[in-house]
Order: sequence, then C-alpha cells, then structure tokens
Amino acid sequence: MDEFLQSLIRGLGTGSIYSLLALGFVIIYKSTQVISFAQPAFMLAGAVLVSYLSPAVSFLGAVLVAAVVIAVLALGVERTVLRPMVGKPVFVVAIITIGVDVVVRVVTNAFIGLDVRQVGDPWGLNTVSFLGAEVQQRYLVMIGTTAVVTVALFAFFRYSRIGLAMRAVAYDQEVALAQGISVGSVFALSWALAGGLAALAGVFVATGAGVDQQLWIVALKALPAIILGGLESLGGAVVGGLAVGVVESLFGTYQSDFAPWLGPNFGLVAPYALMLLVLLVRPYGLFGKREVERL
Amino acid sequence: MKGRPELYTSYGQDMAFLNTRPKRAWSGGLVVVALLMPFLITDDLLQLLATGFVAAIGAIGLNIVTGFAGQVSLGHAFFLAIGAYTGAALSGSETGRVIGFGITSLPIWLLASGLVAALFGVLVAPVAVRLRGLYLAIVTLGLVFLGEHVFREWTSLTGGPGVGRPAAIPELFGVRLDRDNAMFTAAQQLYLVMFVLLVIFGVLARNLVRSRVGRAFAAVRDRDLAASVIGVDLTKYKVLAFAVSSFYAGVAGALLFVMNGFFDPGSFSLLLSVQYIAMVLIGGAGTISGAIMGALFITLLPRITRELPAVLPFISGDATGGITVFQVEAVLYGVLIIVFLIVEPRGLFGIWVRVRNYWRTWPFSY
Repeated sequence: MDEFLQSLIRGLGTGSIYSLLALGFVIIYKSTQVISFAQPAFMLAGAVLVSYLSPAVSFLGAVLVAAVVIAVLALGVERTVLRPMVGKPVFVVAIITIGVDVVVRVVTNAFIGLDVRQVGDPWGLNTVSFLGAEVQQRYLVMIGTTAVVTVALFAFFRYSRIGLAMRAVAYDQEVALAQGISVGSVFALSWALAGGLAALAGVFVATGAGVDQQLWIVALKALPAIILGGLESLGGAVVGGLAVGVVESLFGTYQSDFAPWLGPNFGLVAPYALMLLVLLVRPYGLFGKREVERL
Repeated sequence: MKGRPELYTSYGQDMAFLNTRPKRAWSGGLVVVALLMPFLITDDLLQLLATGFVAAIGAIGLNIVTGFAGQVSLGHAFFLAIGAYTGAALSGSETGRVIGFGITSLPIWLLASGLVAALFGVLVAPVAVRLRGLYLAIVTLGLVFLGEHVFREWTSLTGGPGVGRPAAIPELFGVRLDRDNAMFTAAQQLYLVMFVLLVIFGVLARNLVRSRVGRAFAAVRDRDLAASVIGVDLTKYKVLAFAVSSFYAGVAGALLFVMNGFFDPGSFSLLLSVQYIAMVLIGGAGTISGAIMGALFITLLPRITRELPAVLPFISGDATGGITVFQVEAVLYGVLIIVFLIVEPRGLFGIWVRVRNYWRTWPFSY
C-alpha cells in the first residue's frame, strides 16, 4: 500500500509538470490553432536560467525572474518568427516551431555544457511522511503549485477582460477582430503565458537531478497529455497531464511484476501507448471538441 | 516541328515522362555527370553522395505521404528503422549475439525490407484515417518513441544501444559490393548501385504521383472532405499513401547504413524524422526532384559546415572552445527550415523554377 501511495504521489508530481506544459500547448493551440513544438526549448531555457540566477537572488526569486524572462522570449519569438506566418497552413507553422525549438535549444545547450547544473532548490531529494508513506517533498510542492497556477489561470480566463478576449479569439478570430479585440496581442500573450508555464515546469523537472542537455525530452511527454485531454480543453490538459504522470509512474513500479516481457523502462513510453489506445476509441481525445465539418 | 519545341501535336507527347526538350537535356546530362562521378572524385565524397542518394529515396517516401497526400508524418524514423533491421537481420549472419538469416542477395532483402515496413505502414494507417492534421503528427511522433523503446530492448535483433549490429550485407550477382575488387573500389560500387536504385525509385514515384493515384492523393491533401464528395475513397488512398511511403522508408532504411556497415538503435530518434521533414521542406514539398535536392543538401550540409572553421575563424573545429561546428550545424537545420518556409515555401525546387522561368523567356523576363 505504501508502495502504491508513493508511486501515486510521484506520478501526480511528475504529472503536474506535464499538466503545466500541456496547459501551455493548449493555450497556444486555442488562440492560434498551432501546436508549438518550441515548448521543450523554453522549458530547458527556463531551468538553465534558474540554475544561473538562483545563487544570486534565491531560488524563489530566480524562478519568478526566469518565468518572466522566458515569457518575454516566447513573446519575442512569436512576434518575429510566427507572426509573418499567420494564415499559412498549420502544419507549416508547426514545423517552423520545430525550427525555433532546435535553435533555442542549441543556444541553451551552450550554457549547460557537459556537466549537470543544479537549480539550487530547497527540497533536493528530502522526503516527508505523508499518510504513512515516505514521499519526496518536491512532488508535494509540484502538486500544490500546479493546483494554484491552474486555479489562477482558470480565474484569469473566466473573470478578467483579457481572459475574455482570449476566449473570444479562441472561439472565432474574425468575429473577435470585429469586436475590437487585438488578435495579435492575444497571440503574443498566449505565447508569453505558455513560455512562463514551460519555464516553471522546467524548474520542477530540474529539482532533484539537475539540468542536463537531455532535459527537453521530458516536455514531449506533454504531447500524449494534450492528445488524451483533447487539444481544445484546458481542463483536459490538466487531467491528461496527471493521467500521463500516474500511468508512467505506476508502470514504472508494477510493470516488472505484471508484464516483464514489455522490457524495462516501458513506463517511459507507456504514455504514448496509452495515447494510441485512447485515440483509436476517441479520435478527439477525452474532452476535445468533435469537429463538425462542411465544405 | 523544328524550332517549335513546345508545340504538342498529340496528347501522348504532352503527357510524356519528360515532355520538354530542356527536361530531357537536363535529365540526360545529370545522369551522365552522376555516372562519371566515380572516376572524378575521391572515395569519401562518393560515400557521402551514396548516402545522400539513399536519403533521397527515404525523402521521396516521406514526400509521398506528406507532400502529396498531405498526411503529416513525424514517424518516418520508425519506418526507416523497420527497414534497416529487416535488411540487417535477413542478410546478416547468425553470430550468437544478434540474429541473422544469411540471405545476402541485395534484391531479396531490399524488397523484403520495403514490404515489412509497408506492412507496418498499413497497420498504422487505420489510426491515421481517423485523425487529421496535428493529431496525426503527434501520434506518429509517439510511434518513434515506442519504436525506440522496442529497438533498445530487443537486443537479439538490434544489438542493444551503444553496441549495435552490422548493417545489411550488399551482394549482387555474387559480388560483394562493400569490398574492393579488381575493377572498382567499394565506394565506387556502392555509389553506382545507390544511384541506379535512386533512379528506379525516383521514376516509379514520379509515375505514381502523375497517375490517377497521385491525383487522388492531391485531392485528399487539398481538402479531404471535398475529395470524398467527388468519389475519392479516403480510407483506401490514405492507407495506400502510408503503405507506399513506408515501403520507400523501409528500402532507404535498409540501405542507409550499408556504407558505414554498422548501426545502433540510437540512430532512429526524433531527430532523424526531423531531418527527413527538413529534406522535404527545404527541397520542396510535393515534388520528386525537390525531395532529391533536399536530401542531397541535408546530407552534404555537415560536410560544408566542417569547412567553415577555415573561413570563419571564430568557429572552432573541435568540441572545445567557443562556437563549435556541431552547434552551427544543429542551428542551421532550424534556421534553414524557418527561412525556407517563410521566404521560399516551395523550397529548392521553387528556386529552380524561378531560375528556369527567368531564362526561359530571357531576355523578355520582366
């Protein structure tokens, strides 16, 4: 039972990282209809930035500064590289974001070097007793922070004027434009939000083990999450992210007992298998919008 | 008809494979130049070009499914891997460490690699038929990760990560192509064989896409709903596109490592898929010659960047100081994709078309 609880908390912890990333993907998708493959690079850049800043301005300060800097960076990328592509086929734009990802990541890698950088978080690998099981503090922090961020985001979209504008653009760009909403700034803002979320997620990934050049792979786990949840659904992104984290963690713990023929470390790719299964049954994800098409 | 090369007097003339005189001249010229290459340049360059030709076969495959049929696939690395391992396992010899069946005849294992990959393409297609656009891209991406896992763990087939296994053994009519013999060196033989294969597969693909099937692909790409309304069987053509594309990928995968003779499962990562996407996009989506140009360009790119330190002193040639060539190379992929998509969406093929159109009407090209 303890083992199960530990595994579950670990899954929810990493799952909340995926949720943060997935939220970024979905926010960009809803406003611009594009999946930004640049998120992994922003995540990596955020973690690296924190690893440089935290000795100077404390861990918390570094996280805040990094989130803002990466948000501005993402905004800049949107303005310079993505804006000229408005109206082009989504696939082309998605490929461009892959290009952005490669460039940003190579530049960031130059700042990492070959060794592992520490982000200087106060938790490390310390554990705390939770409902009778020893769980790592950092997982609880991740779950808590993600809950707060998610609630704040939902409140922002629900109650603020800008949030309303963003929802309007997601609903129909042309009509939003006709209502006097600056669609361009909504695009920029959604990239900035996604960038900030990615930076935060990057810091969480780096707690414990530190930052190395392979960190970005983690961000791709958010892709099964958004597909599971459905590309248009913010709630789906959160649920999908948590589900991916839990599946991964439970597979990691129990798969060697139940299905050893799948090979060790199958847990790492289990989310992709889960995604394939869900898509066979529900091609639009669990909470996605079923598209009605007409000629 | 003398002096009026573009006057067609029959439908067959217009629909001919090479329907204009310049096309015939250029194609013939390129083939002659390519055939003379083995006697003009050194073996290491030949090897590189041969790899480029194989990559071109793979890029043509990706172009069929993505450029012509409009089904975005990030899973090309997976199909390349299937082909590579089928070829290697069929032609390799049983060593106790890795399995092998010892069928070294090139046509047999090449065909088998293509067919096995095509089979996997058909298996994946049902998912693709139900999905579209970015959902499909992400699912095919998932395929790459699942494939990587299987190839990492199935060590009796792949040799395991970091160790790898020998690549397929090319033997044609009893001659080992990867060994020097009295007439040719290994590089010259492989170059010529790869070139012939590229011509064969290139012509086949070109004929496929200008046939009924190709028009159906284009209809599906441009608007699949409209295509189904005018009577194009969506399921059939999407499955067909994936099957053909995977066949090409399987063939390319089986040949890709013949030049080096050795490969490990780490080669088939997302990066490989992105490289092929880059080939198609930089070359020009939806054209066969574009795919070939793009593949050669991307294959030769490392070679070109390696020359950079001599020209630009602030770039260092080894992995230590300042900006290294490896970083420049990786950044170049990204930058080239972005620049091409923004400035010249039709890729190298588009540039060629512009140059051609300028000279075609010269000096009246205004």
